[in-house]
Amino acid sequence: MLEAARCIVVRDLLVAWRRRSDVATTLLFFVIVTSLFPLGIGAEPDLLRSIAPGVIWVAALLSCMLSLGRLFAADHADGTLEQLLLSSEPLGVIAAAKALAHWLVSGLPLVLIAPLIALQYDLAAPLYPVLALSLLLGTPVLSLIGAIGAALTLGLRGGGVLLSLLVLPLYVPVLIMGAGSVDMAAAGLAADGQLLLLAALLVVAAAFAPWAIAAALRISME
Amino acid sequence: MLEAVDLACERGGRSLFRGLSFALRGGELLRVAGPNGSGKTSLLRILCGLLPPTTGAVRWEGTEVRRLREEYSKQLVYIGHAAAVKDDLTAAENLRIACTLAGHRVSPRRIQQALDSFELADLPVKRLSQGQRRRAVLARLVVSDSLPLWLLDEPYAALDAAAGRLVEELIDGHVARGGAVVFTTHQDTRVRASRVIDLDA
Repeated sequence: MLEAARCIVVRDLLVAWRRRSDVATTLLFFVIVTSLFPLGIGAEPDLLRSIAPGVIWVAALLSCMLSLGRLFAADHADGTLEQLLLSSEPLGVIAAAKALAHWLVSGLPLVLIAPLIALQYDLAAPLYPVLALSLLLGTPVLSLIGAIGAALTLGLRGGGVLLSLLVLPLYVPVLIMGAGSVDMAAAGLAADGQLLLLAALLVVAAAFAPWAIAAALRISME
Repeated sequence: MLEAVDLACERGGRSLFRGLSFALRGGELLRVAGPNGSGKTSLLRILCGLLPPTTGAVRWEGTEVRRLREEYSKQLVYIGHAAAVKDDLTAAENLRIACTLAGHRVSPRRIQQALDSFELADLPVKRLSQGQRRRAVLARLVVSDSLPLWLLDEPYAALDAAAGRLVEELIDGHVARGGAVVFTTHQDTRVRASRVIDLDA
């Protein structure tokens, strides 16, 4: 079972590596959006410090959405998705592996680069780990929930718009808790509450989303 | 082995076929004939469980395939219309991934043999021609001799005469071993089908 899952993750990472420009697009989008805010708003340290968590989280969310459309579309177009549906392992396992690969390619880089971005907002040093941890817990949830939407809108015309309409409402709790945890820490309070809630969301999403993705894929492929 | 009972298929409000029943045992070769748009691909997708039939059922060893799911998938190779290869990976990588996902272990040596028999170079698939791409997909048949059921949708499309003969040999060999094969084709082929289903009739 793990062998098939590992095979999918390695395959998707290999494809992503050979198409580096696609991966760079989402990361670059994140960097550009978050870098434009300080330029547009002006160098008011207090203001920048207070908007930093929200801006970074919104940018992370949008750049995740940017790459969702490709999650199953490429496999659908070249026919490999049919073979994934006919694989010898439960489709839920395959779906979980696809979501994991998506996170490794488009979520993890954001987590790693976020502290560097936070420099531009003069975020206090103790907040860096909180920001990184909130993204580390939150971005996998974005990948898992987004994959359900991507599977449902597979092969539809105007699927991109529909995908954002479907998925954004479900992203809102993650956004509120993610940005909220950094705000709490900035106010000198403990951020544990929000981070634990994020972790709980991640556990629930990891347990249920793969089966929802699998069901959605079966419907889309009929 | 494989049994279809009273299958009917509707696509986009149009009835493609109805009342289709047949049973296929090991060592039998079933050819699905019919003009374009008569539902050959839909029938094959129904047989492999990707598409639910409008009415009727497909059974494998007596159990419905939609219930067996991956237990049934383990028994078959489905080669569809689409290439089902990743453009950025080489033919060898594609074949290895396809075998791992299908759940059978194949040694690197056998993969190399399969690619050699189809004369495929170790290049990313996007640099290959349409026919070579098709060869890269069909190379899977060489290493799938242990799977009892082959479902092949237009296996000869885009192939040259030599590769076509190789596929014929593979199909013949599989049937002689006691495997079952269902295939569709428009081309003339030397393999002798034990049964023909004409969807036009």
